[in-house]
Amino acid sequence: MKEYDIVIIGGGPAGLAAAVSAKKNGIERVLLLERDKELGGILNQCIHNGFGLHTFKEELTGPEYAEKFIQQVYEENIEYKLNTMVMNISPKKVVTAMNHEEGLFEMQAKAVVLAMGCRERARGALNIPGYRPAGIFSAGTAQRLVNMEGYLPGREVVILGSGDIGLIMARRMTFEGAKVKVVAERMPYSGGLKRNIVQCLDDYGIPLKLSHTVVDIKGKKRLEGVVLAEVDEKGNPIPLTEEFYSCDTLLLSVGLIPENEISNAMGVEMNPVTMGPEVNEILETNIEGVFACGNVLHVHDLVDFVSQEAATAGKNAALYVKMGNARKSTGEKIPLNAKEGIRYTVPGSIHVDRMDENLMVRFRVDGIYKNCYISAYFNNERVIHKKRSILAPGEMEELKLTKEQLLHYPNLKTITVKVEEV
Amino acid sequence: MEERNLICICCPIGCSLTVLMKENTVEKVTGNTCKRGDVYARNEVTNPMRIVTSTVKVIGGRGDVVSVKTKEDIPKGKIFECVRALKGVEVNAPVHIGDIIITNVANTGVDIVATKNVECKEA
Repeated sequence: MKEYDIVIIGGGPAGLAAAVSAKKNGIERVLLLERDKELGGILNQCIHNGFGLHTFKEELTGPEYAEKFIQQVYEENIEYKLNTMVMNISPKKVVTAMNHEEGLFEMQAKAVVLAMGCRERARGALNIPGYRPAGIFSAGTAQRLVNMEGYLPGREVVILGSGDIGLIMARRMTFEGAKVKVVAERMPYSGGLKRNIVQCLDDYGIPLKLSHTVVDIKGKKRLEGVVLAEVDEKGNPIPLTEEFYSCDTLLLSVGLIPENEISNAMGVEMNPVTMGPEVNEILETNIEGVFACGNVLHVHDLVDFVSQEAATAGKNAALYVKMGNARKSTGEKIPLNAKEGIRYTVPGSIHVDRMDENLMVRFRVDGIYKNCYISAYFNNERVIHKKRSILAPGEMEELKLTKEQLLHYPNLKTITVKVEEV
Repeated sequence: MEERNLICICCPIGCSLTVLMKENTVEKVTGNTCKRGDVYARNEVTNPMRIVTSTVKVIGGRGDVVSVKTKEDIPKGKIFECVRALKGVEVNAPVHIGDIIITNVANTGVDIVATKNVECKEA
């Protein structure tokens, strides 16, 4: 069986940055596995601009951002395989994959980096009643059809969900001559970035109906229209608010779910909120030497943070391979508790003795909070208390912990993060 | 006195901005909670600019389309003229990032450039 030091599963933004970082940290035998016919992952279909402001200080399109990392993969001479599907990873890190050239094959890895990304929530998860005609797509599928394959999925469009991909596709379909009639969002606020609401909807006069959802789907062979209704604060449709919109296309932009079938099968412990692996301060899962980063870990809104997180995972995988047992923590595992207002934190636990000087804790809040504080309690003592003018579920937040600060608390048992109102 | 209402896009607060205009000059911006909102509103009402991204067909490439963008931002009012200029455009592979696809699109003085590498299809 062929042996590698680090095998990285997925050649999107996370996998690319993890591979480059692993190699730069001195590991020679790095292998990157990608199921598509090219590297870059979902960035290849994200042709709009706005990527890389944090990392490169310029606004790039998705393919341009990906290319910067793909070039580094070439320069670092990192081995990669395309059109290769990973079927299984054993707890002992035997990776089973298949492709056209090699058939089914196995390799032994010393460390594995999970970077499979995420998948869109589909119609089946929403329980929308009605027929099942052609013309219902997830926003990302429509994005791939238009931007990579050159097909227009339809001419009269309704979009359900105001996630960023849906908003971006409203503008994109408009450019290609389609009429986007309305974007309906079940929540009383949009899940997308303000900038996208203004530049993808308002610029083109596309209405956004908050607190509205699709309650019926008409048409047998091809979609003929949808019925929208207003919903109450519990999300239930309000009678007599139904309104029919004729359309041949319905795009769903209703959330992303980390793609963890392989992780689950190998016994990686999951966080029920993120639906990604539970990781510690080095982004290692409960299985030693198995790391996770990017959207497979938790869904991000900015690719810059995916690249940063993946570089950390790649570095830690490299240190694991080089140091072996010397990299093991001798200290206690301190849990990070997400309490009032905080849905989750990544990482979920910290070994203080092993952490870097600084640790970025990333999290999301469960609603919109104005003029509030983000607080961190070490045991029962409030140590961090940061004012924020606004927090929204659509924007990932971060909090920096320093090793120095944590070392002042030798009896630390738990760290609790919460939102506190003024 | 003309009044224009905008939503600020500089941060997630999304302040509702009101711009008072007098003969195409900005008299006053209200509703903003920071300096950035003022700057955004003044630009947005006097000279709104956008980067336009789309795709064009590729002949003989590994992919069927290549993504493109306006190299710099162009006036918002020129977006559809720019999009129409891209209709029917075909390029031959290989295409590389930064290759000019259309020069001076819609008389904006801005070129359309490729944003992806599409190599030739292997024989």
